[in-house]
This record gives sequence, C-alpha cells and structure tokens, in this order.
Amino acid sequence: MTSAPRPGQHSEVTLRVNGKPHTLRVDHRRVLLDLLREELGLTGSKKGCDHGQCGACTVLVDGRRLNSCLLLAVALDGSEITTVEGLGGDGEEPHPLQRAFLDRDAFQCGYCTPGQLCSAVGMLAEAAAGHPSHVTDPGAPSGRPVPLDRTEIRERMSGNLCRCGAYPRIVEAIEDVIP
Amino acid sequence: MTGTTGAALGAPAERREGRQKVTGAARYAAEYAPPGRVHAWPVPAAVARGRVTGVDTSAALALPGVLAVLTPSDAAGLAAPEDGTLAVLRTPDVPHRGWCVALAVAETPETARAAARAVRVDYAAKPHDAGPAEGHPDAYEPEDVVGQPGRVEYGDPEAAYAAAEVRLDVTYRVPPLHNHPMEPHATTAHWDGDRLTVYTSTQGGTTVRSVLAGMFRLPEERVTVVAEHVGGGFGSKGTPRPDVVLAALAARHTGRPVTLAYPRRYLPTVAGHRAPTVQRLRLGAHPDGRLTALLHEVTTQTSRVNEFVEHAAVVSRVMYATPSLLSTHRVVPLDVPTPSWMRAPGEAPGMYALESAVDELADALGTDPVELRVLNEPRTEPAGGKPFSSRHVVECLREGARRFGWAGRDPRPGIRREGPLLLGTGVAAATYPVQVAPSTATAEARPDGTFVVRINAADIGTGARTVLAQIAADALGVPLDRVRTEVGHSDLPPAPLAGGSSGTASWGWAVHEACARLAAHPEEGPTVRADTTGKADADSPYARHAFGAHFAEVAVDTVTGEIRVRRLLGVYAAGRILNARTARSQFTGAMIMGLGMALTEHSTLDPAFGDFPEADLAAYHVPVQADVPDIEADWIDEHDSHLNPMGSKGIGEIGIVGTAAAIGNAVHHATGIRFRELPLTPDRILAAPPYQG
Repeated sequence: MTSAPRPGQHSEVTLRVNGKPHTLRVDHRRVLLDLLREELGLTGSKKGCDHGQCGACTVLVDGRRLNSCLLLAVALDGSEITTVEGLGGDGEEPHPLQRAFLDRDAFQCGYCTPGQLCSAVGMLAEAAAGHPSHVTDPGAPSGRPVPLDRTEIRERMSGNLCRCGAYPRIVEAIEDVIP
Repeated sequence: MTGTTGAALGAPAERREGRQKVTGAARYAAEYAPPGRVHAWPVPAAVARGRVTGVDTSAALALPGVLAVLTPSDAAGLAAPEDGTLAVLRTPDVPHRGWCVALAVAETPETARAAARAVRVDYAAKPHDAGPAEGHPDAYEPEDVVGQPGRVEYGDPEAAYAAAEVRLDVTYRVPPLHNHPMEPHATTAHWDGDRLTVYTSTQGGTTVRSVLAGMFRLPEERVTVVAEHVGGGFGSKGTPRPDVVLAALAARHTGRPVTLAYPRRYLPTVAGHRAPTVQRLRLGAHPDGRLTALLHEVTTQTSRVNEFVEHAAVVSRVMYATPSLLSTHRVVPLDVPTPSWMRAPGEAPGMYALESAVDELADALGTDPVELRVLNEPRTEPAGGKPFSSRHVVECLREGARRFGWAGRDPRPGIRREGPLLLGTGVAAATYPVQVAPSTATAEARPDGTFVVRINAADIGTGARTVLAQIAADALGVPLDRVRTEVGHSDLPPAPLAGGSSGTASWGWAVHEACARLAAHPEEGPTVRADTTGKADADSPYARHAFGAHFAEVAVDTVTGEIRVRRLLGVYAAGRILNARTARSQFTGAMIMGLGMALTEHSTLDPAFGDFPEADLAAYHVPVQADVPDIEADWIDEHDSHLNPMGSKGIGEIGIVGTAAAIGNAVHHATGIRFRELPLTPDRILAAPPYQG
C-alpha cells in the first residue's frame, strides 16, 4: 500500500511517437496510454479496461505490440512508439491492413479497432520472425517464418477483445494482407 | 452501386465513418477535451445496504491537483429522476454495493484515482438480502413486463399437462450476464453559463437531453448532447447512466469541464446487467409430438431501486401452437445492483430454456428436432390470436438444415468419437419482436444537387449513418453518394434510441417520409420535416416478429471438459435486409455473444457481499478470437407490407436468441448428457458422472 509512487513525482522522458520526438515531464504514475491520450492528443489508442485485459490500447513499442495501459511512461525513455494514427506513415493512404478492415467490415463500434490493427501489425511481424504460438507445430523448424492459417491468426489475436463480434471479419482482413 | 438510383437499399454499402474508425480519428465521449478539462473518479459503496454516516475528504483534498470531492447530498438540489439509478449523491442511503457514494475531481486521471482511494467513507451498514431469488418468500408476480402482462394463461394448462401422454418437466438456469461494451460508460460535461453540453456514450441522446434538463431544471434547448461515436452498448447505454449525471454535476461544482470515464470494474454495478433466471418448463404432448400443454415459469430478481423483469417467458406466447399455455414471471426485489437491458432481454434467456426443452421433448419422442418444431408451427400468434404479418421460421429451419447438412443426422447421442472428443450437432429456433417508435427527421435539398438527412439517431456500431443514407437515396431517387447523413447530436431532429432492434425501423421511417415528400413536392423544400407520431406507434392488427434458426456443431473434450464450437450457422427471416454487409456483421456478432452466453460468460451475484466477483474482463470471459469458429449468417427473402415503408424488421438482437440453445443441444447430442445451467464450462462438463476423475 505504501509503496505506491507519491503524487507530484515527475521525471523527464523523451519518446518518439509516430516518428516525432516528444520530451515530456511525466507523472511517475502515468502509463503510456494516458500519455498518448491526455498529453499528445492521440486518442486513437483506446482505454477499454486499463488493466491489460482487453487489448484496446495496443500500440507498437520498438516494433513490438504491447498493452500501453500497462507501461509506465517513465520507463520508456528513448522508445519508438507507433499508434494507430501512425500506421499509415506520412502518406494520405491508409495502411493496407486499415484498407482491409474497411473492405471486410472488420469492425462495428470501432472501439477495439485501433488495438486490433496495431496488434495485427505486430503479430504479422512476430510470425515473420519465426515466433511460435500456442498452436504452432512444436516440430516446426525454429527461426523460420510461421505460416499463418486461421487457427494461428485466431490464437495470436486472442488478446484483443471485440464485443461486437467482428472476429471472423478481422481474420479475413488479416488474411488479405498476408504476403 | 453508388451511381444508380433506386438500388441503394440492400446493397452492401461501406460504413461511412469507417475511415475515421480505422485511422483513430473517430472521437468517443472521453476524448473531448475542452480547455481546462479535468477528470472525475467515483467512490463505490463498500456495503450492500445501509447509510453513509460520514465522508472524510481531508486526505483526498490534501493531494496536489485535487479540485473537489463530491459527497452524498451534493446532488440534493437536483430534481428527482424517474429512473432511480440516476439518483446518485442525493441522499446518504446505499441501496446496493457499488452505488456511487462520492466523486473525486482532479487535474489528471491519476490524481483523481488517488483521491478517490483516499476518501474515507463511514457507513451504518444494515442487514442485506442479496438472494438467491429461487424459493424466496418475497417473490411476486409483476403485473406488467415490457408492456405485456406478466402472466398469460389459457386452456387450463395444469390439467392439460397432468393429462398429457408425454410429459417433460425441466428447469434451466442462466446466470447474471454483463453487457461490457468495449467503450466503458463515459461522459465529458461542460457548462457555459447556464448551458450544459455533454459528450456521452449513449444509445439514445434525445432521452439523455430530457433527463438532464429535468434533473438540472433547465429548458431542453439549453442542454446539448453529443454522441457521434459510441463504442457499443448492447442495452447498457439504452438509458442515461450515472456517469452523465455525475459529470454534469462535477462540472457545475468545479466550474471546469469534467470527464468521467467509468473504470471497467465498476461497470457491472452501475451499468445494468442481465438478471439471472430460473426457468421451469413443462411440456405436455401427444405421442405424435403435438403439444397439448406449455408451461413456462420464470423466477428472476430485481433491485430495490427499479423494478426490471427479465421477461424470459414471453417467447412461449409466440413460438408454438398449444391448446393450453402458462407463461408467467415471478420477481424478487433484493439489495443488489439494478438489472436492465442486455441484448435481447427476455428472448435470449427465454429461448435458451424453451428451445432446450423442445430438444429434450424431441429426444424423448424420438422425433427429429427440426420436424418437431415444424409440427408445432402455429397458424396465428398463440397468445392473442393475431395473424402474423409474416412468419418464416419453418423456411429458416429448412434452409438452415439444407446448408448445414442436417439430413441423415444420426439422432443417437454420445456415439461420434474423435479420440477424446465427442461430436454433436444441435438446432434451435430464434425469434425477436418487431418494435418501432415515432421519430422525426429532416431532409434538405442543397443547391449543389446533394441532400442532407438530419436525425438524432445513435450509431453504436450498427452502421446507422450508412443505412439511413441508403433509405434516403432510394426515397429521393438519387445515387447514394449524393446523400449525407448527420446523426448523434441533440441539435438534430429528436429520435428514439438504438435499442430493441428498433432503431433503423424507427429512424428510417421518418427519413423515408421526409425524403419521399421532398422528392414528390420539391416546392415544400429546401427542407422537409417528417414526424411519424401516430403512424409508427399505431396499433397493428398483426403479430410482428422476426424469426430465425441456429445450427451448431460442437466437439466436447472428455478429458479437459472443454467444448469447442466447430460450426455455427444462422438463417433469418427479418423482413427486407437493408445493408447486406452491416446486417451480416450484426447477425454474426450477436451469434458470437450467444456463443459466449453458452460457453464462457459467467457472473455470480454473491449473496454474502451483494456484488459480482466477476467484475472485470479477466474474470468475466467474453469470447475471444480463439473461441470463435467459422460462422455463417444468411437470410431468406421476406416481403412484409405490414411493417414500415422499408419492409424491414430489426436485426440487432435475434442473432443471440437461440444460439446458446443450439450449442447446448449439440452438447447433448455429443455427450448424451443434458446440462441445464449456463455456461457450459469445463468444470461443469467434468462434474458429469461419466467424466469424473
């Protein structure tokens, strides 16, 4: 109980968010999600549970997908963050996965969508890098890209809840962008 | 499709707000930040019943950045709300655990959270009664459930049941269930003098405005309610919730714009839930399968704040021909959080029980469950005798059976093995009433040849903007891309809520009328206003319901107790389908919620504490990707001229109705064991005698 950070404690951190550097004095209690939403106005990352249970806040930190509600901002000095707002890069065109979500109607209310998108981008990179999942054949050679069938996609995307039940369309959208 | 006229309805038009949603640009209630905006955090009651005797705010107020702590009586000056769940901070009384007893307001969410934790509340706790409802002496029969009698009885059902040659007497149980939309309930409120603006997550902004105006004693025109994007609701945002009252109160108290985003764990006690039901079904039948008696008795509970009855027995008044019927409810008021609407309230648990019992009867008779349903198809609505405006449940069953490969199914249970797995298939019918309410809307012809349709509809993920544009385009006789829709703002023409699968019918009727008049009489323009009062709410001589059929295939692991759904098919007869793309998404989405109801979603109303232990998304398991197999939803062409100008029935809820029964029936087919309490979790499967140890 007494080990909680005391209010008023702040430190300076520098993050690169969607390619732009930001130097901020952050409250030690502040998580990355609140930093994005409250300080940078990047409200695309959503707060669904604030406890790492729903995945709506998923962003890419140095290329890895993480729940931003569980990351203390003060510990992220020097990190490179990509949010849903940055997925498409600088161009006008959305990321191919964003286009696929539109084509497949892979969302309804849209609240889990930014997390689904960031999670899927991170997941595709993990599979390409040969990271196995719970359903990957244990006999498969390590370090090789893991082919993503529907069972793999479903397993790997199970940290992102969607209460509207867009799951089948999300799988189709991800399949659309698998090279 | 956008280049032709008269072709918009039914087309799979893409969601108009889709680009905003996939780029993160769509803004939800907590994401509005007027200058100086601060954050609020509620303090939930820690007793199940009692009275707040003191609130020590000194430690909270001493934290840097804390603006205020609101305590019971800070809302005493507001007018009493009709809905008791909104009477927060008016008195020190605590009607249930989780009730808001204080509200901390601070510069940042972290400080607001710390301040809420630092508030010390003293209570005079009183003995509480949190159930269970079953066998409770205070149970009473409600006069009215959702505008229908609580009890319907004809044809001496007890005698008919006693005399029946084939009898089935079974009891089914559904636990409390939580809506848990992905966006927690949230409001950002700010005052400009005596004008109040709220950005809030709601299924019905028109009601939010009138409730706030009433409570804060303001003329409605001084209250603005914005709900441009809503992160799901599933009934829990169908009425204003405490967040909107508390945020407005805190903003007035502090003189700053305030955001109150409810923490996920607090939602089950303040956002409504599906009340648990215990349902006794007695079916009497001739040996050929024809029903002679149907008795459906529901016991459920409500809070002492509001009477809400989960009207699960209503489905038995609609589904099957029977010469005698008892359909009744008993409800017990308890010291518990207030239940409310959750997707297909009444129908979802009611059809779980009824369609499971019908499957049991088919099993007892040795009749195919599809054929037993066809045999008992009524010619008119069983309770009331009205003719159906359209009823194609048999066609849904037949088409579903064909697509699913039902023919040739071996009815014997427990014989299909795949290693440790037992396989089975099941079927259940679905029904949901057609509901429609009066609405207003305007259509404006612009000098550039485009049109703007305005209506305070709510897009909670249904695609309301899109389907209303389609309705407008066809009524105007113009291509879809020449119509713009504006929804989700109380400056727009008032409209009823997105709920009861009634939104598109209600809003669409008014949009259609405004556009049709503008097209026929351009001289009335440039803006034509329609109001469907007197039409949309006129009594119909017809019984109007959507119907459907669900088919499921499951694999039951006899070692781990895990049930996996392998296939799920829904076929619906829901009038004209207005947007094939968004309709399919709603059907399959609701089926997935039904899968959760069947297999994973489980809450408990703990009688010792009067609260739900499964309060968050780690303990309350909504289905995840890995739970969800290939799901197919389709519909049959249904033409019904007794509905509305579009010929549509509602589609938002029917997908959850009967899905749990189809899965449960498949589990019986797989295992030969009839599990009668949801959800069908591994512990329950492994507790069955053949799988113990």
